[in-house]
Amino acid sequence: MSAQALPNPWQAMAGVLQRDLRLALRRKAEWLGAVFFFVVVVALFPLAIGPEPDTLRLIGPGVLWVAALLASMLSLGRLFEADHLDGSLEQLALSAAPLSWLVVAKLGAHWLISGLPLVLLSPILGLQFGLGPEALGLLALTLLIGTPVLSLLGAIGAALTLGVRGGGVLQSLLLLPLYVPVLVFGTGAVDAQMRGLGAQAHVSVLLALLLAAAALSPLE
Amino acid sequence: MASWVLTATDLACQKAQRTLFEGVSLAVSAGSWLHIEGSNGCGKTSLLRILCGLSPAARGQVVWPGSSPATPPRPDRSVLHYMGHALGLKPDLSASENLCLDAQVSGLRLSLAQAVQALTAQGLKSRAHLPVRVLSQGQRQGVALARLRTSPAQLWVLDEPLVGLDAQATDTARALLQSHVDAGGALIMTSHHDVGLQGPGSRFQLGAGASVA
Repeated sequence: MSAQALPNPWQAMAGVLQRDLRLALRRKAEWLGAVFFFVVVVALFPLAIGPEPDTLRLIGPGVLWVAALLASMLSLGRLFEADHLDGSLEQLALSAAPLSWLVVAKLGAHWLISGLPLVLLSPILGLQFGLGPEALGLLALTLLIGTPVLSLLGAIGAALTLGVRGGGVLQSLLLLPLYVPVLVFGTGAVDAQMRGLGAQAHVSVLLALLLAAAALSPLE
Repeated sequence: MASWVLTATDLACQKAQRTLFEGVSLAVSAGSWLHIEGSNGCGKTSLLRILCGLSPAARGQVVWPGSSPATPPRPDRSVLHYMGHALGLKPDLSASENLCLDAQVSGLRLSLAQAVQALTAQGLKSRAHLPVRVLSQGQRQGVALARLRTSPAQLWVLDEPLVGLDAQATDTARALLQSHVDAGGALIMTSHHDVGLQGPGSRFQLGAGASVA
């Protein structure tokens, strides 16, 4: 009746991914809240600022990026919190698979739940700001590269503030400086493209940030 | 000479500038049990966590066979099963899902049939497909014990494994622990009750400054 050892850690990673996605499906309200926040914030800006197309086009990428950044921060608190409280984190630490691999799997699940919906929604929400098809595509691309960086960096903050009372505020303070480069290059890319300068440099820097974060973040 | 599963020498633990215990030395060999006793707050849980490598000790070392002071131990679920106060069960998953996914996450393979079999043995067959969220505290403890049943680990480290169980479940759990020791496993546990285990084993009074080997 006793369990056998699995041949490789990939299957343990798949287990983490499967468990977190299944839990998310049963607790829709938690992650939908952050997505809803993103939609509401972005939708309110054009109403408050007025129908001037040039202004809207100018602020559009920035608004979408800031909203995405805040939404991703909202969902961070749950990254390790539930596992910490119910004891699953201790069991993860005792897993035969390396802990950093399991953390990568947890981050993957977290991004699929809280990052990918933002990427998919961004072109639709961008329409309200009168962005052209190219700008919309680029915006989604920068978010596609940028939101995993936010998740990876966020994991550092979430891990450091785990179990700290009032950790949410501390976490935001820790993370904001780390988030700034992502925000600057993410919005900069769309901006440069709209001015006809080409976005390749910005996108390259963003990709570099992603690689650096992916390499360093799960090491804890 | 029995083969040692784990030895710990001169362990000390500090929490918030206060020394919980120091000079604790203990050893467990295959086919024996160790019952750690002590008053509330004397550091039983902290001691178990140190033995599992989940918390660092302020002083002293834990040695597993094959590990040396130069290569600190990293016991995993294939050799050690830890059951703490927080049971590590996901409230939104069913009991059987909890067992299967937890095994997979821990690098072990467990089929659904095996999970249901373990839950049945623990008297929880009718609860196997219910979310753990709707189970009572005692039943959750039972699910954690069913997971223990599926563990391939030789050493079990259990923090209050019998808490919240009714008389029948307690007997089942006792039989489970006894059969593990009889089969050559090792067991370290804390409990405020007399578990009544037979065979080679000892009690360890934490806070008395004693040591046992």
